[in-house]
Amino acid sequence: MILAQEAEKENPLIPPWPEVVIGLIAFVIVFGFLAKMLLPNINKVLEERREAIEGGIEKADAAQAEAQSVLEQYRAQLTEARHEAARLRQEATEQGTAIIQEMRAEGQRQRDEIIAAGHAQLAADRKAAATSLRQDVGKLATDLAGKLVGESLEDVARQSRAIDRFLDELEEKAEAGR
Amino acid sequence: MSADPTQVLAFETDCHIFDGCGFPGPGLHSFLFEPIWGDTDGFYFNKPMLLALLGSIIIVGFFWAAFAKPKLVPGKLQMTAEAGYDFVRRGIVYETLGKKEGEKYVPLMVSIFFFVWMLNLWSIIPIAQFPVTSIIAYPAALAGLVYILWMSLTFKRHGFVGGLKNLTGYDKSLGAILPLVMFIEFLSNVILRPFTHAVRLFANMFAGHTLLLLFTIASWYLLNGIGIAYAGVSFVMVIVMTGFELFVQAVQAYVFVLLACTFIQGALAEHH
Repeated sequence: MILAQEAEKENPLIPPWPEVVIGLIAFVIVFGFLAKMLLPNINKVLEERREAIEGGIEKADAAQAEAQSVLEQYRAQLTEARHEAARLRQEATEQGTAIIQEMRAEGQRQRDEIIAAGHAQLAADRKAAATSLRQDVGKLATDLAGKLVGESLEDVARQSRAIDRFLDELEEKAEAGR
Repeated sequence: MSADPTQVLAFETDCHIFDGCGFPGPGLHSFLFEPIWGDTDGFYFNKPMLLALLGSIIIVGFFWAAFAKPKLVPGKLQMTAEAGYDFVRRGIVYETLGKKEGEKYVPLMVSIFFFVWMLNLWSIIPIAQFPVTSIIAYPAALAGLVYILWMSLTFKRHGFVGGLKNLTGYDKSLGAILPLVMFIEFLSNVILRPFTHAVRLFANMFAGHTLLLLFTIASWYLLNGIGIAYAGVSFVMVIVMTGFELFVQAVQAYVFVLLACTFIQGALAEHH
């Protein structure tokens, strides 16, 4: 019972120094390996894993953003094209209307010109005709009067001959004038 | 110290009830070991020391196998080790010290946790069957390390006067009772805390081992005549207590590290 007797004089709360030393050595072995090598190792890998996961998410985000931007670009282009088409149609309509109106105005103008020219011609012709008719009638009247006076009163036959002659002359003139 | 009937496993004694043999109950002597090498007057080497060093080798071996060549996609072993590492890192250190301040102390706390847990676990590992932490030297060594770190951090962070104020809970608004508060706080922080830190772990493991011994020895001692029925009950208690010890071992390792973190947090905290 030596140990039992020893136990009585030993206080279990007073640490024997050799055990403290061994305890510290044992702990330092654990701490040394873990702190200097193994935990930094795993930390690096955990960090890499986190980055790998976050990198994947970032890549997906980037792809989505790109797809979104391309889609918007296409939409913008489509809208632009629609606007362009509408503008062209509008322009064509306007141009067509303008051309029709111009042609119509031109036609009107030409018609007016032709009518005016016709009127002027007519007026000039009538005036010329009237003038020449007046001259002719005066001359004829004078001729007729002179003839009537020159062969005055010879006889009825002469008279009627003179008149016939005159009328023949008149006819000849008319035919020559034609 | 040659023939010592109590310093052996229970079934090695040929002592049963009704044989005119007293109950060889466990006691302080159950925690004393004859040195394997050397002499108790000088330096020596005994079973708990062997278990402590073996424990170190097991921990290092485990983490070496898991973390020496860590992979991005972990295997089973690495995943288990990562879970343990993460438990201490996030569950204890980040919770008490915060991520920024705590990061520096993660390796220390992880080492302490697994070291204490391993030394506790020896209690129920066949053949070893002795919790190394039930010898005050081992908890005291660890608590001493934490104490040195805690004190040096306190004075490094706050200076001498600030450090003293931090340790004594100096607060002018307390008025007349300030000296009393300072005295109690100083006593609590500087003297009692490291002591209770070590003793809490020691006493738990000491008591647990004593209980296991008691029921184990009783199972053997009662194995005679009518005593066999009681021996059965006692053996069931051995199994129940072994399960309970498994739980207490983990809890005590957790508490030890949690307290260490709390002390360091107190040292780093702004004076208020």
